[in-house]
Amino acid sequence: MASPPSVAEQPSKPSRGPASVALDFENVSIGFEDRQILDGISFQLRLGETKAIFGVAGSGKSTILKLALGLLKPDSGRIRLLGEEITQMSEDQLFVLRQRVGIVFQESALFDSLTVRENVAFRLLEEGNLPESEIEERVREALSFVELEHTVDLYPSELSGGMRRRVGIARTIITHPEVLLYDSPTGGLDPVTSNTIIELLVKQRDVYKTSSLLVTHRLQDAFTMGTHYFDKTENKMKPLPPGSRPTVPMRFLILRDGHIIFDGDLEDLRETRDEYIREYIS
Amino acid sequence: MELISPGDFAKEKVQSVQEYAGIAFRGVANLFSRPRYFGDMTQQADLIGVGSLPIVALTGFFTGAALAQNSASTLQRFGSLSLIGQLVSLGMVRELGPVITGLMVAGRNASGMASEIGSMVVTEQIDAMRALGTDPMKKLVTPRVVSTVFMLFFLTIISDALGFAGGGWVSSVLFGVDSHQYWSTAWQVLVFQDVFMGLAKPVLFGFIISTIGCYYGITARGGTQGVGRATTQAVVASSILIITVDFFVTRLSMTIFGQ
Repeated sequence: MASPPSVAEQPSKPSRGPASVALDFENVSIGFEDRQILDGISFQLRLGETKAIFGVAGSGKSTILKLALGLLKPDSGRIRLLGEEITQMSEDQLFVLRQRVGIVFQESALFDSLTVRENVAFRLLEEGNLPESEIEERVREALSFVELEHTVDLYPSELSGGMRRRVGIARTIITHPEVLLYDSPTGGLDPVTSNTIIELLVKQRDVYKTSSLLVTHRLQDAFTMGTHYFDKTENKMKPLPPGSRPTVPMRFLILRDGHIIFDGDLEDLRETRDEYIREYIS
Repeated sequence: MELISPGDFAKEKVQSVQEYAGIAFRGVANLFSRPRYFGDMTQQADLIGVGSLPIVALTGFFTGAALAQNSASTLQRFGSLSLIGQLVSLGMVRELGPVITGLMVAGRNASGMASEIGSMVVTEQIDAMRALGTDPMKKLVTPRVVSTVFMLFFLTIISDALGFAGGGWVSSVLFGVDSHQYWSTAWQVLVFQDVFMGLAKPVLFGFIISTIGCYYGITARGGTQGVGRATTQAVVASSILIITVDFFVTRLSMTIFGQ
């Protein structure tokens, strides 16, 4: 049996230098139509780390993902993505940087007039510098990661909600991005399908060491990610040994009224005395 | 209905015009930078051009026929029925051919563009496209602008030709005008100014239809209801603009070339 990632493999206190940071929000604020959504928030996503973002509906969780990718511009503050300041970048410069980042949208956002194959291969087809055989091979590889090889010729409308999310994940990981952003990947899905998707996220974190931001309403999903690791030899997600402090690179961030009220690991979250957070996680 | 202050209303309108100008400018400017989506242009040309052919053919033919019928009853009173070919020819080439074809294509394609792109906006497909490193302006707007301008030009020529045929059919079958006389007078009356005006208009109308359709699609908000509203607004705005621009182009052409 493979052992969970050790503390040595994933240092508990990695350096805070720019080289170890995938994403850095510095005093970022944004508002829409007289309503302040984010009010001077600052946090970092370290390389190889997964950070789950919680908050009530409308607290700005999805806005953080769109800001991180430059799909929205902040009213003030700075955002650095993979070492590059994106707040002043033009859309053309962002297109280049976005090739190193992937996002899975809340409703998967698959192109409904394209087949699963064309959706998954979209980025490779747009780059236009790969032979068709290699594109086909990589599409198959990405779809086999989410166990949906048989859907390659179907259209998104012919898939279930869970299958669409998994195709969305395949479309995102086909180019092996350095940072992944997940917007409620399990929202509205049944527990079995949710668990399948969480297992894929854990696999992506532990096998490919991808830095990820995960927006979710489902606390149990994030807790599962914080208490499980992916066993490569058995090709499945397994719980960490009981009694040990979790060693997986998983942190939690809680938003309230446009501010960050918690940023820490699972143990910190369990030990917090903040009434609001205790009520939220109970 | 929510009331807004005149200042906010004016700001909203100026912002809309600014957004539209930005989309229209980028729609054309993208032609001069890579990547160019020739496959999408061909697909759109097929949808817009070949797809609109039946309605354009039918409306062109019957517009010419109706024009001949109305003109004939007036001309008969003055004993000038032989001029019917000239009237149909000038009416179709200068005004009715481009305008009717433009309105038909606006009804069919401006609505199609607004609803298709609008649906992509509300289902986050446009954001997904941007996130995947593709410029939606290049991928969606530019091919539609190029294809609409190109295909409307040829659709208008087809509509004019079928309008001539419709007028000729009514003239000879209902009013007994010699068909040779009809065709020769219809052809001879046309001068460079008429043909230039008749072929410049579809280029402008094609630009209006595609940019308005894409603008309302890209700015669609508020789910399926918003997409429905965008679709209606695209047809209304493009139809009004076509008729308004038609007046000014005719006026400008008359000023440049004389009557």
